[in-house]
Amino acid sequence: MRRLRTLIAAGVLSIAGLTAGAQAAGDVPVPPAEKWAHGGVNSFLSFFKGYDYAAVQRGFQVYKEVCSACHSMHLLHYRNLHDIGFTEEEVKAIAASVEITDGPNDQGEMFTRPGIPSDRFHNPFPNKQAAAAANGGKAPPDLSLIVKARAHHEDYIHGLLVGYAEAPAGFDMPPGGNYNKYFPGHAIAMAQPLYENGITYTDGTAATLDQQARDVTQFLAWAAEPKLEERRRVGIMVIGFLVVFAGIMYAAKRRLWADVH
Amino acid sequence: MAHAPQSNFSNPVVNWIDQRLPVITMMNKEYGSFPTPRNFNYFWNFGALAMFVLVTMIVSGIVLAMHYTNNTLLAFDSVERIMRDVNWGWMIRYIHANGASMFFIVVYIHIFRGIYYGSYKAPRELIWIFGVVILLLMMGTAFMGYVLPWGQMSFWGATVITNLFSAIPVVGESIVTLLWGGFSVDNPTLNRFFALHFLLPFVLLAVVFLHVAALHITGSNNPLGIEPKGPQDTLPFHPYYTTKDIFGLTVFLIFFAAFVFFAPNYLGHPDNYIPADPLVTPAHIVPEWYFLPFYAILRSITFSIGLPFTDVVLIPAKLGGVLAMFGSIAILFVLPWLDTSPVRSSRFRPIFKWWVLLCLVPAFFMLGYAGGKPAEQPYVLIGQLGTVMYFAFFLLLPIIGRIEKPLPLPASIAKPVLGGGSVATGATAQVMEKA
Amino acid sequence: MADTMHAGDGQTRRDFIYLAGAAMGGVGAAAALWPFIHSLNPAADTLALATIEVDLAPIQPGQAIKAMWRGKPVFIRNRTPEEIDTARKVPVADLIDPQTDQERVKEGKDNWLVLVGVCTHLGCIPLGTSPGEAKGDFGGWFCPCHGSHYDTSGRIRKGPAPLNLHVPEYAFISDTRVKIG
Repeated sequence: MRRLRTLIAAGVLSIAGLTAGAQAAGDVPVPPAEKWAHGGVNSFLSFFKGYDYAAVQRGFQVYKEVCSACHSMHLLHYRNLHDIGFTEEEVKAIAASVEITDGPNDQGEMFTRPGIPSDRFHNPFPNKQAAAAANGGKAPPDLSLIVKARAHHEDYIHGLLVGYAEAPAGFDMPPGGNYNKYFPGHAIAMAQPLYENGITYTDGTAATLDQQARDVTQFLAWAAEPKLEERRRVGIMVIGFLVVFAGIMYAAKRRLWADVH
Repeated sequence: MAHAPQSNFSNPVVNWIDQRLPVITMMNKEYGSFPTPRNFNYFWNFGALAMFVLVTMIVSGIVLAMHYTNNTLLAFDSVERIMRDVNWGWMIRYIHANGASMFFIVVYIHIFRGIYYGSYKAPRELIWIFGVVILLLMMGTAFMGYVLPWGQMSFWGATVITNLFSAIPVVGESIVTLLWGGFSVDNPTLNRFFALHFLLPFVLLAVVFLHVAALHITGSNNPLGIEPKGPQDTLPFHPYYTTKDIFGLTVFLIFFAAFVFFAPNYLGHPDNYIPADPLVTPAHIVPEWYFLPFYAILRSITFSIGLPFTDVVLIPAKLGGVLAMFGSIAILFVLPWLDTSPVRSSRFRPIFKWWVLLCLVPAFFMLGYAGGKPAEQPYVLIGQLGTVMYFAFFLLLPIIGRIEKPLPLPASIAKPVLGGGSVATGATAQVMEKA
Repeated sequence: MADTMHAGDGQTRRDFIYLAGAAMGGVGAAAALWPFIHSLNPAADTLALATIEVDLAPIQPGQAIKAMWRGKPVFIRNRTPEEIDTARKVPVADLIDPQTDQERVKEGKDNWLVLVGVCTHLGCIPLGTSPGEAKGDFGGWFCPCHGSHYDTSGRIRKGPAPLNLHVPEYAFISDTRVKIG
């Protein structure tokens, strides 16, 4: 029994080592670890944590007013905003504020109409080529999954947004590049997007750079893993059930085998 | 009606069916009263666990297939639709994605148990061979399944692995084109991978059936590696091992659920949340963790093999890597004949025991470690050392079988368990006759 | 077989433990099955399209449009006073599926007829919505599959269909906007 346990533990640890190693490889700057209300989308020891929806809503405002000028979030629909605390009416109003290209109509032509909740988030560019052409040859990535699609997840997004700085002397900056402490290679095409008081929060929160970065990161985390809370809640119930079941089965097995040993 | 079954069930419907197709009699014989060695340790749970995971994968996979769209333009978004819009879709997909890892964890432990306790030896060689076929099918299925979400790692993993076949002299390039159905990994590739990913698990299930059927002819090996010599050495499978297996299953499920609900992306790679882009290669392509040891063997052959003192290259490095990788699985097929020792269990094999624990097991972990690292020093060297150790383990077995002095075997399974009570030697070798 | 179970003092407690184990296993298996079954029910994106809003402003009297709703066509007809009159003059008792025209429209919006455009016979789409299509013997709709004729209230008048064209759940948001579903 003891040997088996040691072996299993060793196995688990080495798997952990393998993947951790796989992800940390290469010469990539490590963003500082931050504390998140939801613990992080990939955080293991956050059994009871959930999103801070006030921050997520503020983050949506940052996305809408700043990021959405260049970045699509095509996996999200306006109806999803209901899940972060907007009312039906607010969701309708937000959706209606964008022009959606629809069609073709009976004359075979595309037309525009106000958005409705079942529409996907409005894409700032008609296609990837247009996005690339308008942004110096490189299309800005879609942000729907960005928090899950980057190593260090929330910490990286936050670090990137606050990590703009003067390039150190002697840094060979390619044309159109901006120096960023946490971007791999440090030369990022995106100019610094967020500034102190760059936006005015509707809920009156002071819009410091860090606050905006923090809020939009939490919005993007929710966008990448909208089922996080349901997942953890179901997980607690499933594991709770299994622990009791395992206990009963262990007792059953012990009693059954008592006569054999 | 030479073999009219003697069905005798109280329920007349059951009786009627059983007289015509004795499935209930068969199940009762194979899983009810089936005489099973009484001394299994918990390593013997892993076969049942593997069966459970296989069924879980098939069930969750069929449901996912009902929502998945098999087209390069739509595949990624259809998976995200499962994650966001389909009822419980996130859970079913995380079960399936992590289930693949669980399957390999369970099967690798199952294989370790087979090696450590000599389960592959006569008369169980065929069970072992079916097992290696299952491993191969698992690898093929897992590889093709990982391509389906059409993320960056899906695409580039598929590109790199299918390109392995280009190492085959003369026909290599044609084979790769045939695999792709085009000139790169693209829609035809995705379509056929989906079809095969759906088909292969059922082939796998059929081989599992053979694996278990063959097992029920010889009966199970056990930690002592000696055959049961009478009824005192065995227990009926039910309720003893059914109960023990279900207990083991609940413990395993806690482990499984911890990944699904609290770390569902831990074993995955962030790059696979980026849609496939044929124009941008990720900085660092790594396969799923369960392939890392084999990937490391592939990369360990960094040199060409030629005739000494000439420039004639016999095996270029690329082909050498591919041969070594496939060889690392192929060598498993002949393990029953490489190991010449008459003793099965490592408990009575002082050299073999440490040969497994200090050569094979570390080699596997070293390879896994090196496979996840970039192809640079010292990782290449660690991978090469692991490769040498891995093959040395198998190739030196005939010598170990010759020089090793096994410890004396116990007279029967019951004896050590019952603390040296008298053993009914009269029953020797009669129990395992085919019923 | 070496079945070493003995009945004895431990029997009651043993029975309880086995029963508890079996019960929990059964409950667990059933609970685990539910997500797989429920995943086959309409997903959130499908449900989001279960309600549509239609702008009625462009539909002139005597005209009709088709809108897609839950994967089926919905006929929306702006009826002329004559069409309404014809529909209301029919003695209800003579109908195959007796229903007054008033029951099939919203009060005060008597000109607007909203119907699920699926023949109640075997599910074909009746003609009569677009200009120039056959409207059948009663000036409403005609199903070409098996010759069912519907009147200007969408009621079945002749042919094999057993029921009137179905009126979906709908409500007027404003004078020119209707929400279906």
